[in-house]
Amino acid sequence: MKLDSKIPSGPVEKKWDKHRFDIKLVNPANKRKFEVLIVGTGLAGSSAAASLAELGYNVKVFCIQDSPRRAHSIAAQGGINAAKNYPNDGDSIWRLFYDTVKGGDFRSREANVYRLAQISNNIIDHCVALGVPFAREYGGTLANRSFGGAQVSRTFYARGQTGQQLLLGAYSALMRQVAAGQVKIFPRREMMDLILVDGAARGIICRNLVTGALESYCGDAVLLCTGGYGNVFYLSTNALASNVSATWRAHKKGALFANPCFTQIHPTCIPVSGGQQSKLTLMSESLRNDGRVWVPKKANDKRSPQAIPEAERDYYLERKYPNFGNLVPRDVASRNAKQVIDDGRGVGRTGLSVYLDFADAIKRMGLNVIREKYGNLFDMYRHITGEDPYQIPMRIYPAVHYAMGGLWVDYNLMTTITGLFCLGEANFSDHGANRLGASALMQGLADGYFIIPYTLGNYFAGSKLGKVETGHASFKEAEKAVSAGIQRLLAIKGKRTPADFHKELGALLWDKCGMSRNDKGLKELLAQIPQLREEFWKNVNVTGSGAEFNMTLERAGRVADYLEFAQLLAKDARERRESCGGHFREEYQTEDGEAKRDDNNFSHVAAWEFTGTEGEPILHKEPLEFENVHVAQRSYA
Amino acid sequence: MNLTLRIWRQNGPTAQGRLVEYRVEDISPDISFLEMLDVLNENLAKKGEQSVAFDSDCREGICGMCSLVINGQAHGPERATATCQLHMRKFKDGDIITVEPFRAKAFPSVKDLVVDRSAFDRVLAAGGFISVNTGNAVDGNAVLISKDRAERAMDAAACIGCGACVAACPNASAMLFVSAKVSQYSLLPQGQPEREKRVLAMRKAMDAEGFGNCSNETECEAACPKEIKMSNIARLNREYLRATLLSE
Ligand SMILES: Cc1cc2nc3c(=O)[nH]c(=O)nc-3n(C[C@H](O)[C@H](O)[C@H](O)COP(=O)(O)OP(=O)(O)OC[C@H]3O[C@@H](n4cnc5c(N)ncnc54)[C@H](O)[C@@H]3O)c2cc1C
Ligand code: SF4
Ligand code: FES
Repeated sequence: MKLDSKIPSGPVEKKWDKHRFDIKLVNPANKRKFEVLIVGTGLAGSSAAASLAELGYNVKVFCIQDSPRRAHSIAAQGGINAAKNYPNDGDSIWRLFYDTVKGGDFRSREANVYRLAQISNNIIDHCVALGVPFAREYGGTLANRSFGGAQVSRTFYARGQTGQQLLLGAYSALMRQVAAGQVKIFPRREMMDLILVDGAARGIICRNLVTGALESYCGDAVLLCTGGYGNVFYLSTNALASNVSATWRAHKKGALFANPCFTQIHPTCIPVSGGQQSKLTLMSESLRNDGRVWVPKKANDKRSPQAIPEAERDYYLERKYPNFGNLVPRDVASRNAKQVIDDGRGVGRTGLSVYLDFADAIKRMGLNVIREKYGNLFDMYRHITGEDPYQIPMRIYPAVHYAMGGLWVDYNLMTTITGLFCLGEANFSDHGANRLGASALMQGLADGYFIIPYTLGNYFAGSKLGKVETGHASFKEAEKAVSAGIQRLLAIKGKRTPADFHKELGALLWDKCGMSRNDKGLKELLAQIPQLREEFWKNVNVTGSGAEFNMTLERAGRVADYLEFAQLLAKDARERRESCGGHFREEYQTEDGEAKRDDNNFSHVAAWEFTGTEGEPILHKEPLEFENVHVAQRSYA
Repeated sequence: MNLTLRIWRQNGPTAQGRLVEYRVEDISPDISFLEMLDVLNENLAKKGEQSVAFDSDCREGICGMCSLVINGQAHGPERATATCQLHMRKFKDGDIITVEPFRAKAFPSVKDLVVDRSAFDRVLAAGGFISVNTGNAVDGNAVLISKDRAERAMDAAACIGCGACVAACPNASAMLFVSAKVSQYSLLPQGQPEREKRVLAMRKAMDAEGFGNCSNETECEAACPKEIKMSNIARLNREYLRATLLSE
């Protein structure tokens, strides 16, 4: 299989314009003849559904939650980037592009990232028009802040609820199309399989999560907008229903999976408190704008933070990275936290956290300013930990947060399966080996509002799609197979719950394939995962039946997929013998302990082909070429 | 800590429901109420019994998926807190806790603690949007909005659509929910062109879904995890009156 990224020719700043001119158009009267199936209603799915429906396509959308408005995107806090340069501080499309490529540690496609930076400005305009109540200055203009390692203020935000407001904006556009009859929504549905007819994606099988019934839907194209797979680690900042199942099942039908080992560990999360915890809570990294990260200089220092004098504190980020200080990118901040904790300098009851201290900021700006800026985050922290961050420093620890890896897509967002597109966090696209803060929201909305409306039309205009109905044999066969899979799970009647397996898998991954990785650990992991998978299929206990609302069964299906996917993740991590971005291989580091890339051998996208659950996946490489950005060792010193 | 739970079990929309008693032990005070229910469900699963169905997703108080009436209060005893953000340290060892679903005519039962809140989606589809197609927007700074106005719009926009206001209201009214959306848009310049049409359509849809009327009980405000204020209902009433007058 030869990977063709379909990147248009010409200078990077002209590519998207040229492509939009070159692509074929669907006659307005013909659009209503096409049926589009969109799985997922996060920023990517909702914005795609609304925009495509506005153009006249017939759209069906599916989501796991009881309403499209509840997709995981709702939880994003910090903000969304755009190259507006409203603050006049030197930003530009070119700079946003440059920062994003560099931030991704030179493992993303220049053409895609440039397009993203271009579109970023349209996103803000459109969201404002939709009534998104972004933060404003007294003069009535939009407010910006600097975020996650950027040296310019380019982040737009709505308090600490940016994702919520952007998603509700997209959802409102979606509901308007529901009222107009252009979109039908199917909530409480889980996609179980993808249907191909004559080699093209033509439908999906869903499980109705209320009745348990399997339902078939057919269409002319399928868009997977199903979010990231961070929950493979069990504890993550993702919502509970976030999963890899939709993309994994598409992978098994022929869609290549790219860079699965690129997972992001976010530095500012509330530390783990105990074994009964179901998820980790992120606190927006905007906190690092004013909070100072430190640990005691001495190991095993059990004094309370207030009792540790200034001279005995190590503000290690400020010390090591004087230019960026507490604002270094996420991977750097996370890894440094791990280092000081490994040195025995972690704080809190478990020793698994570092301080994020606002005392200086409160002194400098006053309590009220801090309250206005971060009030809701402080409240959240107090709620969860029972500690008051206005009085004592917050404690933070890194947690799995985001998946840069995902289904491989070309410049048109089409996977290696004809007619199957993938948008948002579910694809591998624009963030390389590390995503910068406030850029996932930007990508999800760019894909949905502004890219897919063009590229999907191009696909329809250029293909001859025969009529397909759900009575087609491939639907019946797939329904049978899905049903057999469910029965198989229910029949095991073993001793351990799905959650129990999930926990064990997560712990294994976090330990050997988390913040840092090495060959020995990965080798062990690659032996342990199949064992756990084998035990799962012998010893899992799924109570209840398939013909009803059954949370245990839902969980079991997702865990079964994680147990397969984790293997690929570990394999990819082992195969990538370099450190880059969020992928830190202990064998490959500079003298100062920074990630050391190997551009000669690994400047590529690793796209994996499925060959059977027990088979060895085949690696395909898409070389990455950098014509505009100067490739250098990333340095934030 | 050890607790006794009395949980509403109902095997489907038409089945007869009842409270069933369970014990949970060794609950950490640091976990959330839903994590406590996870512990219960794990115990049940180990015994081969069916788990208690309940809704949740983000577990951060933002998606609006979680619900539950805990000891008679929608989202439980803590002010401005969704069930998923309610922590067990708010309870005492030995407590008996009653857990029931959000009840309202417009929220039919699905199973156990799960109800169907799709009526909210339909009310929003009736008018909870600004009609602008992708690609039409002017520059984000072309229309200035005062900070104060933007903040007030944001206050209203913070609604997570959980339905606690409905569950808490003796009339099962959705006025707080509807007023939050109407307020957000009527405060913003972008919302002006459809201002009258929107409020009329949403009120009509609300009634059609079987939500009750507002008789100023203020229970909604007390239950709301996002502190949406009753003053929004006053605004909704004004907007409605204004729109009715203008449309005549
Ligand atoms: C706590 C938190 C804070 C964040 N803050 C920021 C931020 O400040 N700025 C930023 O840029 N990014 C942020 N991110 C990242 C960003 O929120 C996500 O990457 C982005 O929202 C993903 O959007 P999406 O549309 O791709 O997918 P999601 O929003 O995850 O939506 C997935 C959709 O797919 C559906 N789905 C999934 N699987 C199936 C299936 N099998 N069948 C049917 N439906 C399915 C779900 O129901 C859902 O509707 C944050 C992430 C987290 C976890
Ligand atoms: S107004 Fe409050 S209680 Fe009602 S749906 Fe919105 S957030 Fe929930
Ligand atoms: S689970 Fe999302 S608000 Fe409670």
